Amino acid sequence: MRIRSGIPKALMVSSPLLAAFLLFGDAKPSVRVAPMDSVGPRPVETQTQASVVRDYLKAWETLDGAMSQNRADLLDGYFVGIAKEKLTDTIHEQQQLGIETNYRGQSHDLHVVFYSPEGLSIQLTDNIEYDVDVRDHGKAVGTQHVRARYVAVLTPTESKWKVRVFQSGDRTNWQ
Amino acid sequence: MNERIAYFLGFMALSVSLALGQTSPLRFPEKVEAGTAFSVPTTGSGTATVYIVGPGDVVRRKVQLGESLTFGPDDLHNAGHYVVFVEGSSTQNTQFEVAASHQPATLSFLAKPSRLSVNRPEGISGVAYVFDAFRNLVLQPASVSFELSDSTGKAQSRSATTRDGVAWVKMNSAAKAGPAQFQAAAGNVREKRVIQQVPGDPCAIRMTVRGAGKKERIALETEPVRDCNGNPVPDGTIVTFTQTYRGGQSTVDVPLKRGVARTEMPARNDAVISVAAGVVMGNEVHWSGGL
Repeated sequence: MRIRSGIPKALMVSSPLLAAFLLFGDAKPSVRVAPMDSVGPRPVETQTQASVVRDYLKAWETLDGAMSQNRADLLDGYFVGIAKEKLTDTIHEQQQLGIETNYRGQSHDLHVVFYSPEGLSIQLTDNIEYDVDVRDHGKAVGTQHVRARYVAVLTPTESKWKVRVFQSGDRTNWQ
Repeated sequence: MNERIAYFLGFMALSVSLALGQTSPLRFPEKVEAGTAFSVPTTGSGTATVYIVGPGDVVRRKVQLGESLTFGPDDLHNAGHYVVFVEGSSTQNTQFEVAASHQPATLSFLAKPSRLSVNRPEGISGVAYVFDAFRNLVLQPASVSFELSDSTGKAQSRSATTRDGVAWVKMNSAAKAGPAQFQAAAGNVREKRVIQQVPGDPCAIRMTVRGAGKKERIALETEPVRDCNGNPVPDGTIVTFTQTYRGGQSTVDVPLKRGVARTEMPARNDAVISVAAGVVMGNEVHWSGGL
């Protein structure tokens, strides 16, 4: 299923037969989404599946923009609570040091692992790959490729899901 | 001329490499617990700038090569994956993780709904996210105990183990109406929420009819209205008295006051008077006249 959002060509894959990374060129993220049939305790409706994935991917896009431009205000659209506060602190640190960072070329392998009984929070893990590009006062410091397992908790707002907890975890749990 | 420039640049690159004195990555621990002081040995001579970068923190340090790079408990306390750059020596770049502390410090506890009727199987849900002192989600499994105590002190308890930082349960609402304390606990951390358990629908409404003391009037009165568990139904609940007689029907809606509904209606021969609250019917009285 194609997700019609600001994430270009991000794909949602619900069939195990198609559960393979789909690549779309250098700057576009590839996205794999595990089936959500057995997520509990609350069933994830089709519309919710699409909107959670769309908003999570938009959150990454927003994060990249905010970190590369040192603009904490950009986080407002897709982050809230602890996640927003921590990322805002990081951006302020970057501003003070004159550092900018890019998180680009991502590939995502998403697993929704928990949808709360009352529908007020949804948790997903993301086995992600991306490049971190660092500049100090405009001068390139270097680039590194990262593989990490992120855990995110999203909560619904008026019009979209926002990331409330955003944290990379143990690489040994890479699925 | 170009050869000279190339030679000069090559010499400069070699000098920087020698000054840094090593080509292996800095020996960061693979994983550090948040809030832990640690140090990283360096080798070589001269100075270098080290960058530690992640979504949770950014650090830039000048380091004297040959000395240790030290970090205090507050320097890197946001859990996450960090990349390390050593300026001018990409071979020393590395990555490491800061993991959440295993010790729970706060709970984010969502209890729903805040109000429900008594005796609802699995009607109450509790979801607890476990965080450490630095507001990192504790991803290691942790035991969370949930306890729901009703207004009489009777409690039901369950425990659950977190997975990726979250544990949840479903509980039954009690038979006794009143505020219930819903508590989640992980380690020494506790969070409480209040769930208001309200009576269910009225059960077995009974009314009596008698002369009102005034000519051609009858007085109708229910017994105290209770739900099927014996909890008094809240005042304000509407009770409907209906009188059906030859050629017509009249209805009076009365709110419960102190648990009882009272009203008067005209006395009519051969009338059937019934009482109900919502969809729950009570008894019927046949009024054959006479006061």
